[in-house]
Amino acid sequence: MLLLLLALILAMGGVMFLNKALTPEYGLDLAGGTTVTLQPITPDGSDPSEESLNLAVNIIRDRVNGSGISDAEVAIAGDNIVISVPGVGQEEVVKLVGTTAELRFRQVLAIGAGSPTPPGEMATQAPTPSASPTATGGQGTPAPKPSASATAPKPSETAAPGPSGSPAGRGLSSALTNPSPAASAQPEKAATPSARAGRNGTQEGTQNGNTAARQGKGATPSAAPSASASPSAPPAAPEEASVAGLELGGIDDAVLKEFQALDCSKADRGQGAQDDPNKQFAGCSDDGSVKYILDKAAVTGTAIDSADAGQEPSTGEWLVQLSFKGQGPEQWTKVTTTAFNSQEPRTQVAMVLDGVVISAPVIQEPITGGRAQISGGFTLETATELANQLKYGALPLKFQKGSIDEVSSTLGADQLRGGLIAGGIGLALVVVYSMLYYRGLGLVSVLSLAVATILTYQSVVLLGHYAGFRLSLPHIIGLIVSIGITADSFIVYFERIRDEMKEGRRTLRAAVEVAWVRARRTILIADAVMFIAAVVLYFLAVGGVAGFAFAMGLTTLIDLVVVFMFTKPFVALLARLKFFAKGHPLSGLDAERMSVQPVAGPKTVSQEA
Amino acid sequence: MAGLVSRLYRGEVNVDFVGRQKLWYGLSAFLLVVSIAGLVVNGLNLGVEFKGGSVFSFKAPSATIEQVRGTVQEAGAHQVIVQTTNNGWRVTTESLPEAEVTAVQNAVTKRFGSDVTLQVIGGSWGGQVADKAIIGLIVFMLAIILYLTMAFEWKMALAAIVALVHDLVITAGVYAWSGFEVTPATLLGFLTILGYSLYDAVVVFDMIKEVTAKLGTTSKVTYTQAANDALNHTLIRSLNTTLVAILPVAAILFIGTTLFGAGTLKDLSLALFVGMIVGTYSSLCVATPLLVTLKEREPRYRKIAERLAATGGGTGARTENAKAARQTVAAGASKATAADDKRKKK
Repeated sequence: MLLLLLALILAMGGVMFLNKALTPEYGLDLAGGTTVTLQPITPDGSDPSEESLNLAVNIIRDRVNGSGISDAEVAIAGDNIVISVPGVGQEEVVKLVGTTAELRFRQVLAIGAGSPTPPGEMATQAPTPSASPTATGGQGTPAPKPSASATAPKPSETAAPGPSGSPAGRGLSSALTNPSPAASAQPEKAATPSARAGRNGTQEGTQNGNTAARQGKGATPSAAPSASASPSAPPAAPEEASVAGLELGGIDDAVLKEFQALDCSKADRGQGAQDDPNKQFAGCSDDGSVKYILDKAAVTGTAIDSADAGQEPSTGEWLVQLSFKGQGPEQWTKVTTTAFNSQEPRTQVAMVLDGVVISAPVIQEPITGGRAQISGGFTLETATELANQLKYGALPLKFQKGSIDEVSSTLGADQLRGGLIAGGIGLALVVVYSMLYYRGLGLVSVLSLAVATILTYQSVVLLGHYAGFRLSLPHIIGLIVSIGITADSFIVYFERIRDEMKEGRRTLRAAVEVAWVRARRTILIADAVMFIAAVVLYFLAVGGVAGFAFAMGLTTLIDLVVVFMFTKPFVALLARLKFFAKGHPLSGLDAERMSVQPVAGPKTVSQEA
Repeated sequence: MAGLVSRLYRGEVNVDFVGRQKLWYGLSAFLLVVSIAGLVVNGLNLGVEFKGGSVFSFKAPSATIEQVRGTVQEAGAHQVIVQTTNNGWRVTTESLPEAEVTAVQNAVTKRFGSDVTLQVIGGSWGGQVADKAIIGLIVFMLAIILYLTMAFEWKMALAAIVALVHDLVITAGVYAWSGFEVTPATLLGFLTILGYSLYDAVVVFDMIKEVTAKLGTTSKVTYTQAANDALNHTLIRSLNTTLVAILPVAAILFIGTTLFGAGTLKDLSLALFVGMIVGTYSSLCVATPLLVTLKEREPRYRKIAERLAATGGGTGARTENAKAARQTVAAGASKATAADDKRKKK
């Protein structure tokens, strides 16, 4: 046991050194951080309602404080929202929380290149902007600037359908979801999104492949994700071309005008456009290369039950997996069925986030079961980010960033130092007291406290490094106090040993074991109570309360580890020493001092005090 | 004193905690009434984090933290949190009336010669954070009642929860009367008390359960006496634990109040200090007597009490009984351990 514990401590120490994480991460009050002011934008410029502000605060708090232990703070300031995140250089996190995250699933009605297109040219683009460039893996594609996309895909390009593996599709999606320059895709690719719908039967295919596939349904689509779609003849659909290049049926005139005027090369990609779920919508892809006319929203973000970042098992590609609740599964099945039964480009269902199309996979077959996934060049971070945004819901308001300030700690360093010094003095007093009272056994309790302190420190450092746990002053005081309470476990145990010894009928070695059985039960029940407190508060409370509950649960576990793996084995070890077994006066176990029979004189005969 | 300590050390003290129910109940009732009165009359002095407040921003490159804090305080603000930003100073105070806002602005302009911008900020710990914490507390109490009912019995669960509420109300009362600021740190202090108070009661109850489990119809002691002896048996543990836990808190409270005047250290450690003392008191003098009151209503324990009263084993011979009870405890304990030994040998 002792060796196991030693191994544990050394292992944690090793990990700390390997990561060069030797100090804990501090919270806002101790380390300062970044404060960002978000100003809500309402369509008509009026003041936002208090209700929507409060809702926004709650959602932002969830997002910024996902696991609840990062000690971030969110508050309303007038009509603005002020977010404080501990640690400096956290603008990234702060950007994340300002995103509205309004997600809609809309069937694609028409597709065009990203710039405003004269109606005539639109015809030439058609029938299919579905060029399938030979797979380039997306990320590495040297992409023309969005402005270059004014040149519509030429027929020759269309006629070059490579046997496109998944990378083609990925290229698109990554371009659409990942704003990093490397990920921007060629415009032609826009038409070859890979369908990533359905959880297991993930299907992929270029539109070309898909066309073929649909002619002989079931022949290809369910192939393994990597081996997608058979090469196919260019989707020749000249008769469609004659219909002005776009299948305009069912498209609202106003939206069509909007679509024609839409310039996706603008920096904002039309982001922030209010996309009314009950109306058709003209929007851009994330990289600005493609624009879409989209049908009314079939499923909205409110139907999302859960969103998690995950990996495609075969390719290791990151994606966001969604599951729907309520009406969601039904609506999702319906839209995928409709898309499946349509002519392209209406086979695509676009996922629109805050008015921007982040992905528009071709639907290979109707998807039942209420699950969907969004793919496209995600990294672990971006996938997690999007999953969190979707999971915690859309903000009821749109925001623009106001001031971003780096602020110092709210407490002077003097307070931290004072707290630590005071805690140190307090623990020293504890040591003195236990040595005086328990003598030899006091040594055990002092060592146990030392082990508890080491374990606590290591855990806090590692949790800070891996889980974003941030230590604030209340946490530190709480930990110091908890270490004090940890001492109670030893006291319970020692008192039990002394009880056994008082009866004088057994050796120390036997007493140590018998007392342990009984002390263990008490310690377990008492610690269970603490642990329940910690777990309930961690999961139900938010903000600093949750963070503190986390620390409380942590120390309870450490208490158990120390008592089971250190105190008990160590006492058992000592019991074999003559010094303790014979009850030396300094061992804290001498028979005389513990004797039930009064030795100090008759006045100590039991009486009511 | 030395005599008492050494008697404590040997576990020879026999304080009649349970027999003095009326004294404890009276004392607790008094404290509770005073606390609740304090909460009603004075209310809690909630910090900026809960209520929101005013934020003043200005530039004063050459000023020190103390100068800034002093200036704002002199102008009439009480709760002052000073931060530096890459843009100058940021001072958060409680919600100030307009006159005082102007006073602060004038004072700062006069002293540091810079313009002051004002922002009114809402509580970062208000609304949902507080609501959810309260929901969490309620669920927590239900969970604890459930758990203790399973581990012990519902009467013990009830007694422990009553003691817990007792501790929290009295601690809150101390804040109401002292006017100490209730900050998030204070709230976290309350949470620590909550755990501590229950922990203490559980250890005591565990011993009571062990001792009273051996009471049969022919027992020479009543439940009351057995419980009281169990209490005395763990007395030394309770006192030791409290002392060990409270020493660091006392040190922090001392340093927090003398060296820093105001701030997190003081807010938090006062809650802990008061809460721990009350917590120890309540597990000995509130939870246990309450438990005994509940248990003595059970027919089997009432019978023992009646029989003993009839045979003259009542209050008059309490000392005798106490001795007998302690022997029962010892005998019970050794029986249990003998059983343990047997199990081991097998």
